[in-house]
Amino acid sequence: MLAMVIDDSRAMRSILRRIVTELGFECVEAADGQDALDKMSEGPVPDLALIDWNMPVLDGLSFVTSVRENRDWRDVTLMMVTTEGEHAQIVRALAAGAHEYVIKPFTPDAIQEKLQLLGLVGVEA
Amino acid sequence: MTATTTATAPPSVADLSTISTYVESRSAILCPADKHYLFEARLRPVMRKHGLADLRELAAKLRMNGSPALGEDVVDAMTTNETSWFRDIHPFESLRTTIIPELMAAKSNRSLTIWSAASSTGQELYSLAMMIDLQMPELHGWDVRLHGTDLSRDVIAQAKAGRYSALEVNRGLPAQYLARYMVRDGAHYVVSEGLRRKASWDRLNFVAPWPPLPRFDVVLCRNVLIYFDVDVRAKIIRKIRDTIVPGGYLLLGSSETSIGDVEGFQRLVIGRTTVYRKEHR
Repeated sequence: MLAMVIDDSRAMRSILRRIVTELGFECVEAADGQDALDKMSEGPVPDLALIDWNMPVLDGLSFVTSVRENRDWRDVTLMMVTTEGEHAQIVRALAAGAHEYVIKPFTPDAIQEKLQLLGLVGVEA
Repeated sequence: MTATTTATAPPSVADLSTISTYVESRSAILCPADKHYLFEARLRPVMRKHGLADLRELAAKLRMNGSPALGEDVVDAMTTNETSWFRDIHPFESLRTTIIPELMAAKSNRSLTIWSAASSTGQELYSLAMMIDLQMPELHGWDVRLHGTDLSRDVIAQAKAGRYSALEVNRGLPAQYLARYMVRDGAHYVVSEGLRRKASWDRLNFVAPWPPLPRFDVVLCRNVLIYFDVDVRAKIIRKIRDTIVPGGYLLLGSSETSIGDVEGFQRLVIGRTTVYRKEHR
């Protein structure tokens, strides 16, 4: 399984890379939404994208909208990971096609549990 | 939930800060020193294992830095034993797909009463409330009563308020539930009033006299009995059994299936969950 971490903060990309790698994902990084779209066009297409909201060039919500407009990318699971915690923002992201939403700050367990909800990581019986 | 109350000296701010800093420096996980009750609840088994009387002694030992094993146990306890929404997910699936439909078919009074017996800060019970509201329309029109108890006054106060930090709502609450059932209040998220009205809360210490309780169709008592020795555990299970209607269910934690057979209950496996159905007698 391939995860793409999309965040303009190198430190945050590093934290998320470590978490998803420990959960068994291969990981690629993108510095903004446009960089992510470019890398997805070149391939390989990730199974999971972890997406910051506020980024230069192309923000996370616009990235989600673009991904959802491309049928070839319909299987990509989209999870926002952002400081944007307003109720209306969460609703907007879900309406645009995001599957899950994590509000910064978070613990590694939070990422794992969300990925369990999405069926991308197993749950102990 | 903690297992017992003991008369020990309360930890100082410096003690809590020592533990908090220790955990944060070794796990990079935020561990707010103001959540005193979480320290007590999570570190009690560690203190027992290492023969420490209270958090003051624990903090002193950490400051001396002489026991790597203690340090590891502290970090594990503070970072992996947290309560979360839809914890372990499988029990909720078993309730939704099998247990609740079976109980509904057997009941004529259109009422369902569920007890979260070690509710901690309320996520388990509110998870159930959300699941029932969104995924079980067949229960609309039923009198569904949800009751949560815990030893700690602080955690019951939080459960009653239904108020959670971003760190807490991140822990397993699906985004669609967050959007539907939580209202932002500053840096916190509050469970909608409609759901809070369905739940009642009370303090209950398993090893002290219990307050009056109604009869329950389902009791969830997950991840708490492991803190008690075998004899006390058996007594608690017998008392819980007396609160359950014949044919009702007891759900223990996923790590507690080693408890094995329980007197007066039929042990069943539903999906990936082991459950106990009270025998009709």
